[in-house]
Formats: sequence, structure tokens, C-alpha cells
Amino acid sequence: MEIRGLIKRYGRKTAVDGLTLTCRAGEVTAILGPNGAGKTSTIEICEGFRRPDGGTVRVLGLDPADPALKPRLGVMLQAGGVPPAVRAGEWLRVVARFYAHPLDPDALLTLLGLNEHARTPYRRLSGGQQQRLSLAAAVIGRPELVFLDEPTAGLDPQARHACWDVVTGLRDAGVSVVLTTHQMDEAEKLSDHVVVIDHGRVVAEGAPRELTGAERQLRFRARPGLDVDQLLCALPSGSAAKESPSGHYIIEGQVGPQMLATVTAWCAAEGVTTEDLRIERRTLEDVFLELTGRELR
Amino acid sequence: MTAAIPTLDFSPRPGAAPLPRMVLAQAGAEIRAMLRNGEQLVLTLIIPILLLVGFSLAPLIDIGGGSRVAFVAPGVLALAVMSTAFTGQAIATGFERRYGVLKRLGATPLSRTGLLLAKTAAVVAVEVLQVIVIGVVAVALGWSPRGNPLWTVLLILFGTAAFSGLGLLMAGTLRAEATLAAANLVYLVLLGLGGVVFPIEKFPEGVQHVLTLLPITALSDGLRGVLTSGGGLPVTQLLVLACWAAGTLALAARTFRWE
Repeated sequence: MEIRGLIKRYGRKTAVDGLTLTCRAGEVTAILGPNGAGKTSTIEICEGFRRPDGGTVRVLGLDPADPALKPRLGVMLQAGGVPPAVRAGEWLRVVARFYAHPLDPDALLTLLGLNEHARTPYRRLSGGQQQRLSLAAAVIGRPELVFLDEPTAGLDPQARHACWDVVTGLRDAGVSVVLTTHQMDEAEKLSDHVVVIDHGRVVAEGAPRELTGAERQLRFRARPGLDVDQLLCALPSGSAAKESPSGHYIIEGQVGPQMLATVTAWCAAEGVTTEDLRIERRTLEDVFLELTGRELR
Repeated sequence: MTAAIPTLDFSPRPGAAPLPRMVLAQAGAEIRAMLRNGEQLVLTLIIPILLLVGFSLAPLIDIGGGSRVAFVAPGVLALAVMSTAFTGQAIATGFERRYGVLKRLGATPLSRTGLLLAKTAAVVAVEVLQVIVIGVVAVALGWSPRGNPLWTVLLILFGTAAFSGLGLLMAGTLRAEATLAAANLVYLVLLGLGGVVFPIEKFPEGVQHVLTLLPITALSDGLRGVLTSGGGLPVTQLLVLACWAAGTLALAARTFRWE
């Protein structure tokens, strides 16, 4: 899937502003971004629901509006898409009949833990069950490329893992997956390629490891308001220390036994007991917040 | 009580089913949805049957002599067609648009043409059921229909096209709640004005000319002309219905918003 200089406007608001990105075949691509960053607009243009105001989009080499694309794509909308009164199993069986070589609806229901709800009307399913049914409908036609718009929003941990298993299974079978998410751990775990978008543009992309970098950090929790500048004096120059958020301390620099000793000695001198002291890489969430800022939108 | 979790072969094997299979699957889903919807059954079967029985047995209206059931049954058939093709279809489609069902179906191999074919097939199937039920009740009330069955079928098909056009025009442009209210209102108004059970001859002459141009009047008059009077091809009424069908379907095709 290839997007070049994509532009989408709603009235005077520009939702997608010259976005360029490539999703490689057989990979899981995660699109991250704050609410209103242009994720859903971008995905819905690729799915053929909306027409772009500028730029070019090719999906599996075709224009997104090309009807020949429909059987090759699997689509999970952010919400809805199913008549409230229809029974879960019935809906899936109808969708299966639109495809030449569908998966077995009952096996798919079992895989997603919905087999006991096959006769339950859609509106009586829990939010997580509704999401799983939408996921099932997205993959039942054995597509080459699957779009999942926030597939795990509102799922409990069990259901989230079931969804992750499906995504991993798709990738192992050679299906390309493009998903949007707010869950950084999900993007880190599942995806080969992460694209961070903000204000309708790509602000960073790469493998999760590339984005988070190899650099390690020392992190600990303690009472809020420690004097980090004083701690910094005890560390070699080139180190950095910050409290973010309150009560959470992050120290960067030459992370090693020497830094660990210095920090714990300083804490002992200050009479501070640390909790959760650990050395780790930056998380995708750190990178995301650095790129897109902390303010609420 | 965990069953063995199946492993599924997700490897890509895309392909659309043949169009007839897709249309049949969707039509089946639409028929089940219609028959399961209690409110819709009230409109499509219960109200027509109540009107048929009530107005055939009790001298509620002056039809100017002749068999009461022979006057009422064709009007009730017209009402049944309107309730399914227009009211039911408008409300169902309006809510499908609201719930993103039309959008989701747009991402499947089922084309818009296929979806319209399925909806039409489902409407016609429910109409067949209505005609059978209403026909049986009417015959039990002493009705003996006359006329050419082919003209009856033509009238019902043209009426279905006209009312579907009107319903889809409404469903594709108004909010779902507005469609619900408007579709029920139009149903009531046309029930009262369109010669379904009240003869339009009771209205002033100037008004009658306008009323004969309504699709419901064309359908009920046309059916009455064939089934009660044994008349020939109802050209005028078919023409009125064809105009409504062409106008509303063209307008709906231009204005329909899928989301």
C-alpha cells in the first residue's frame, strides 16, 4: 500500500496534510497518533470510503475505489456496521456468503470466544464481543490486506490477547495488516512497522526498535519533588535527569553499574526509598509523547 | 468447558462469490430482519388485516352500493405494498445508514447494485406473503376477485418501484429519526387520502384531480379497476406509478448518502 502526499479536507479543516507512507506486503503496520491526527481519515481513504482531495493512493497496486479490490480487503470499522437485531452467527454467515473461499464461520466464532453467543443479537453483546465479531467479519473472506481501526479499543485483557493472536496468525499466514491504535504496547508487540502521525502528517516511522532507540534509561519511583539538579551534580556530565510524571524519575546517560551505584547512594543519603528501580529502553509511549506533546486535545 | 480452539488457515485466498449467491444471502438477511421486526409487522400485516376485516364487516363508510369487501380488499392490497416498499424500507434503510451497516456492506464484494437487488427481492418476497394472507382473509370474507392477474402483478411491481424510490429518497437524505417520523406520517396521510378505504369521490372535485396523481391512489384505483370491475390494462394508473418511480429513483440515486 502506497500513499503519496495525501490531502483530505473537511470544510476548512485539513485532516490529512500531505501524508506519505508505504506499508509493505506481509507486514503489520501500526498507525499511531493522538485523536484527530488523521488516522481514521487516512484508513478510510485506503478502504475506498472517502475520496482524497489531493495526492495518490494505491492499495495492492489499485485505486481504492476499484471494485476489484473489495474481495481482497478485510475491513473492521472503528464502531458499528452491524444491524442491532441480527444474531452474531447469522451476520457472520451472511458476510461469508459474499466470498468465494470464506473461513468457516463457526470455527472463527470459536476462535474468538463467541461460539456461545452465536444466537445473541448484536445489540445484546458486550462492547468487547461486538468488536470481536467485527474482527471476525474482517478476516472471514481470506483477504490479502486487512484494515483494523482501533481493534482493541474497549476490550478486556483476554479479548485483547485473542485479537493479538488473530493479528499474529494473519501475519504468519502472509496477510498484510494495517491497524490504528492508542495502545503503545500493542503497537510495540504486534507491528513490524510503526508510523506516528500528527496534524495529518507522518512525524516518525520505523520498526519499533528503531523508534525507541537502543539507548537505555534508569527509572525509579519515589516521593515527588526530589531535587533532580542536585542528583545530576553527582552524575558524570552528559547525564540527564527528569521527574515525569510526578514521582517518576528518569535518568539518561552512561547507564551502567556506576550510575546505579551513584543514584542509590544519593537516594540513601537523602533518606529516599526507591520503588520499581529498573534499567530499560525508552518505550514507544515515551517516543510518542515526545513527538506529539503532552497537552490534551 | 473450553472446547478445543481450532486453528484456522488465514492464508490469503480472496475472491468474490457469484452475484446471485451474494444477492440471495443479503435478501435472506433482509427478509429475516423484516419478519422479526415487530413494529414492522404491525404496519405490513396487522393494520391491513384489521382495516380489511373492520371495513368489510361494519358499515363504516358509504361506498355507494356493491360488495364492501370488493371495494376494501384492493385498497388494502395497495396499502400493504406501500407499507413494505415505502414505510418499512425507508425506516430500515435509514437506520442501516445510521448504524454504519451500509458503509460496512460497501467494504464487501456486494456491490450497490447487488444490495439494491437484494432489497427489492426481499420487499417482493414479503409482498407475496402479504398478498397471500390478505387474499385468503378477503376470500373468507366473501371476496371473489376478477380481472387479469397479469395486470395485478404489473400494478404491484410498478407500485413497488414508485414506493421504493420514495422510501430510499427519504432514507438516503434524512436523519434516521426524521425518516422514522416522516415515513409513518406519510403512511397515515396516504392511507387517509389515497382511496384505500375511503372513496376519493367523497372529496371535492378539484381535490380529487390532485389525489389521483398520488401513487397510492393510482395503485388502489388501478387494483380496484382490475380486481373488482374486471377492467383492462390500467394505462393511466401505470403511467402515474411509472412517473413516480422514475422521478424518485433518479433523485434518490443522485442524493443518497451512504453514511
